[in-house]
Formats: sequence, C-alpha cells, structure tokens
Amino acid sequence: MKTFFAALGITLVTTLGSAQAQVRVGFLAPLSGGAAIVGQDQLDGFNLGVEQLQGKLGGIAATVIAEDDQTKPDLGNQMIRKFIERDKVHAVVGLGFSNVMMATLKPIVDSGIPAISTNAATSVVAGKGCAANFFSVTAQNDGPAEAVGKYVNDKGYKRVFLLAPNYQAGKDMFSGFKRFYKTPVLDEVFTQVGQTDYSSEIAQLQGAKPDAVFIFYPGAAGINFVKQFSQAGLIGKIPLFSVFTIDGTSLPSLRESANGAITGATWDAALDVPESKKFVADFKAKYKRIPSQFAASGFDAALLLNVAVKIAGPDYADRKKLSAAIKAAGASPEFRSLRGGFKFNNNNMPIHNYYMFKVNDAAGANPVATLGLAMADHADAYAGQCPLK
Amino acid sequence: MLTSTLLAQLLNGLQYGMLLFLLAAGLTLILGIMSYVNLAHGSLYMVGAYGAAAAYGATNSFIAAIAAAIVGAAAVGFAIERLVASTLYRRDHVDHVLASFGLVLLLNELARTIWGPQPLFLTVPDALSGTVDVLGFQYSAYRFAIVGLGIAVVLGAHYLIHGTRIGMLVRAGSTHAQMVSALGVNIKVLNAALFTFGAALAGLAGGIAAPIVSVQMGMGENILILTLVVIVVGGIGSIQGSFYSALIIGCIDTMGRSFIPLGLREAMSRELANAAGPAIASMLVYVVMAVILSIKPQGLFPIKVKT
Repeated sequence: MKTFFAALGITLVTTLGSAQAQVRVGFLAPLSGGAAIVGQDQLDGFNLGVEQLQGKLGGIAATVIAEDDQTKPDLGNQMIRKFIERDKVHAVVGLGFSNVMMATLKPIVDSGIPAISTNAATSVVAGKGCAANFFSVTAQNDGPAEAVGKYVNDKGYKRVFLLAPNYQAGKDMFSGFKRFYKTPVLDEVFTQVGQTDYSSEIAQLQGAKPDAVFIFYPGAAGINFVKQFSQAGLIGKIPLFSVFTIDGTSLPSLRESANGAITGATWDAALDVPESKKFVADFKAKYKRIPSQFAASGFDAALLLNVAVKIAGPDYADRKKLSAAIKAAGASPEFRSLRGGFKFNNNNMPIHNYYMFKVNDAAGANPVATLGLAMADHADAYAGQCPLK
Repeated sequence: MLTSTLLAQLLNGLQYGMLLFLLAAGLTLILGIMSYVNLAHGSLYMVGAYGAAAAYGATNSFIAAIAAAIVGAAAVGFAIERLVASTLYRRDHVDHVLASFGLVLLLNELARTIWGPQPLFLTVPDALSGTVDVLGFQYSAYRFAIVGLGIAVVLGAHYLIHGTRIGMLVRAGSTHAQMVSALGVNIKVLNAALFTFGAALAGLAGGIAAPIVSVQMGMGENILILTLVVIVVGGIGSIQGSFYSALIIGCIDTMGRSFIPLGLREAMSRELANAAGPAIASMLVYVVMAVILSIKPQGLFPIKVKT
C-alpha cells in the first residue's frame, strides 16, 4: 500500500557494486482514524532519524516500508506476516497500540524477527511473555502511570478518579498508577475503545467529587476527553493528570483547554536534555509541529537500529544476531537516546528516568514546562517474571 | 446528589440524541424516499466539521464556522447526488453500499490530503463557553445550546414537512413516487433538493459537534453506525420516528454507560464489573434495537402506506 522509501527514495539502488546490501525495515503504525496522529508521529520521528543518517542504518542503505494497522489487531497481525514473508524485512518497528502489539506478538516470536516497539509494551510482553527479539524503546506501559501515581501520592491527593479505554493498555495504566498511589482510588472507569463522547463519564466524575483525575487517552480520544472535561468547567478546578494523552499530538487541537494539565512521561519536547534540543529543532523545521514523545520514540528506534546493524556487521540479516545486537546497542555509548540515560533490562524493556510535565501556556510556542524528575533509573515491575537474562 | 447526576445524564442523553437526530433526519429521508443506502452520510458530517474548523481558523468566527459547515456539506451532498447517487437509484442496494463506501474512503483520503492526519482545532464561542447551574450541577452551556438548536430544527422540519407544499410532495413521494411523478412533479429536482437538505443537516451536526470532538478523518464512521440504529428503530423514512428514536437511543447509550457498571458492582466484584460493564454498555443499544425489531419489525413509528 504505502511504501515510503527512506530519505525520499535516494536509497534505491543508486550505488554501484555487485551485492546491493540493503536493510529493510517494516514500520507498523496506526496511520488512519483516531489514532493516526500517534502513529504518524512515530513514523515521522523514525523517518527523520533515518534521513539524518543519510538514508542508511549501520552504513547500509535502508528502505522503510510503512503499513497502516488502522488500530485493528487482526490487520496488524496480517501486516507483520506480510513484512516477514513478502517484504522479507530484517526488522519490524512501531507495532501500534497495545491491542495490535499483542496480536503481532505470535508471528514476531515464532519467526524470531527483531522487533522494536515505539509505543506499546504490555505487562505480558514485559513479564512471562518476554522474548529475546522483542524490544521496547518507549517504556513498559505501566511506567509513566507509575510515575504519575507516585507524584499524585506524594502531593497528598486523597480522592482520585481514574479513566481509560477498556483494553490491555488501559488496564496496565491503572495497575501502574495504583502500584505507587497508596490510598484506595475513589473510582475507576473503563470507557469503550473508540468512544468520542465522554459526557456521561464526566457527569459521573462530577458527581463523585474527586480531588484529582487521572486519565489515559491516546490520540483523538484524549482530545475529545480533555475538551469535554474543559467544557464542563472542570479544567483548573480539578487537577488533571495524564499519560500518553497531552503532548505534541494533541496540544495543537486542545490549546487552552489543556492548561494546567500534568503529564508523566519519559520525554517531552520541553525536556532539558542536550540530546533532544537538536531533534526538536529539526523535527519542527521538517514537519512544522512540535514533536511528541511518540516522535521521539520513533527517532530513538532509528538510532538504536543504526547502532545495532553496525554491531551485527555483515550478519545483520541473521535474526538472532541482529536481536542480540539490538540488546548490545542499548548498552552501547554510541546509542544516545533523546531522553538521556537509557539501558535495557533483562526483559528488553528500558530502564530510564520518568519526568513530570505541566501545560503552562497551551497556545504558546513552548506550551509545556518540566516540573521535575519523578523516578530515576526506574525499571518495570514485571522484569522478575521474565526468564531472559 | 443522585438526582442531579441523573438529571445531568438525562441532559447528556438529550444532547447526544439531538446530534443523532440531525444525522438521522437526512439519512432516513434519503433511505425512505429515494431508497438509497447512503453510507457516506457520516462523511458529510465530517465535511461539516472540517468546513467549520477551516472557516473558524480563517475568520475566528463561530457563526461563519457553522455557515461553512452547512454550505460545505450541502455542496458536497449535492455533488454526490448529481454525480453518484442519482445514477444508482434504480440499482440494487448492494451497488449503493459499494458506491457510498467508496465515497467514504475517498472523502477520508481527501481530508487527509488537504488537512493532514492532525486533528483541527475549534473552540466553543465565548458566549457559550461557561457552564449552567442545574440543581447544583455544572453543565456545559454549549451542550445546553445544542439541545435548544435540536428542538428548533425539529420544529422547523415538522413545519416544512407538514405545513408546506414541498413537504406535501416529500410525503407523497415517500410512499407513491411514481404517482407523484405522473402528476407532473419533477421528482429528480425533488430528490436532489432532499439529498442536499439531508447533507446540510449532517453538516450542521458536524459543525456543532466540531468544538466537542476532535475534527479528523474517519470521524463520521462511528456516528454513522448509531445513526443507522436510530433510523431502523424509528422506522425508515419517518422524520418523527427518527426524532423519538434518536432521543431514546441517545439516552439509553448515555445512561447505560454510566449506570450499568455501577449496577453490576452491586451484583459482582468491582473488578469483574469494571471489565463487564463497558462491554455490556456498548452492546446495549444494539440489544434494544434487536428487541424493538423483534416486536415491531417496521420500527417504532413506521410510515403508514395507504394502498
């Protein structure tokens, strides 16, 4: 369907020589529907990374084949099989939302193809279902929610109301939040996936009189929820905490209605880390918008894969060797994640810092400010269940 | 406390119902009178929302936004009727579905090409940005206004259909199209006008929904499914039926989402209720539809055909 040649097609067999070495990457992301903003940011981030490496990964010409999973698990599964069988890719990147990611897990594990998730990493794949060829460059799902849970706990909020869509990631966010928030939550509500109107849940929330609200609504769902939360006169009245919701993907359409909202994440364009300054400027120059954490993950994945292909050397087409090389790349000083410190745990999930961010001036040029570090070098809670070393 | 929450949910249900009605009114007329299955009706809603957001971005005026929503969707609707739908009226419903589904894909991609995958921004007008106190409960003034607007449209449509000559022709055309045609009425013009009118209503719905939901491609598909439920339950071709049915479906959907999980908690553990609640709530309107259709296969307010 949509085949984007990395670096605007300059990679395609332009060099002379006998063996035309090529790294093929299958990029799976939601590129249509309500989640498209999230998927597009990951893809744009990844493409920017490849472009800055002169269209090469590990010095070898790279081709990026992007496919749209439409946030449908069955389609995601089909596309991963297509990448492996027809496109004969060397690695898959992206992997979509948690429900799609879970559906891609079997073909990924069965084939042993190296996979780097730039978004979802469920409790399953971090724990008992971990695999030597599955990596997350973003965070285990629970992570950001754990950071927010700790922050909300430390601030002494006593009546917290939780909302998320009813699927694996929503459940992971709640368990992450509750792992560090010690008071029993006031209420937790799961909404339908793909819901656009949250008036009913917001009325329920108003009736419960919480002193803080925690949400997980990636993509269009978050825009809808926060807009409606604000229209009900609640923004600024009840503190709003979120993960994967309020960032470069949603702020342009939220603007003032997100003012004051606090987010837990591993990265935001506001983060004062030397690595990310140049990325933010380059991304803005190329795509005319502020990059989100999803774009940063996509960019990181390109950098990681670059180092991994270099480490694997001529054996990059060997799936086992490339997987091992990705793991080694995570520890290599040559891989410099935009978030600063980064290393893989035994379960191939990152160990890294979590920060809190606050929307100060949603309509301005620098909408978000960093509140500070929430958790340093934090590892996920499932690593112990993973048999990998 | 419970009464004010109940009242708020009732208002939410009414407001949602009004939005559904604006979509259902056009769809039910097009299906009832032209016997044309228009899956692209949701896309006209999207066109309205994009029109509103684009006009708002250019002028910063909410009135201009709503006007653009109506005019934009009507223009696209008119083009669809002339170029696609009118050539297919005599064909099978499967052809209608194929053609209009193709239009859904086309319009989605057009929206992406013109505006990109990023959702557009539109805010509620300042005059309606506050909240209204309903028995100690803060309710969005904008949503209140939607209910008011919905009632105005209902009254207007009722007058149009029952009080004017055009309405008489529409009513006659819905049951005896050939006879109306034989009496010298240009049924082609009537069809085009009706299709455009339905598109304008869908555009209006998109325009007023734009400040509430994110404006982006594909936004019409979800609401189209509920709209189809509304017109089937209300009785195809019946404006009045789709009005009552939209309110019923809107209220059931809203109430179900908030009260089913709460009710389940009384009967089972909180964890199980949290898992089962949203699943059951999302099925609720379809269960209601199935029950109603099993009792009244023609819908609640079928059009009476005198033969």
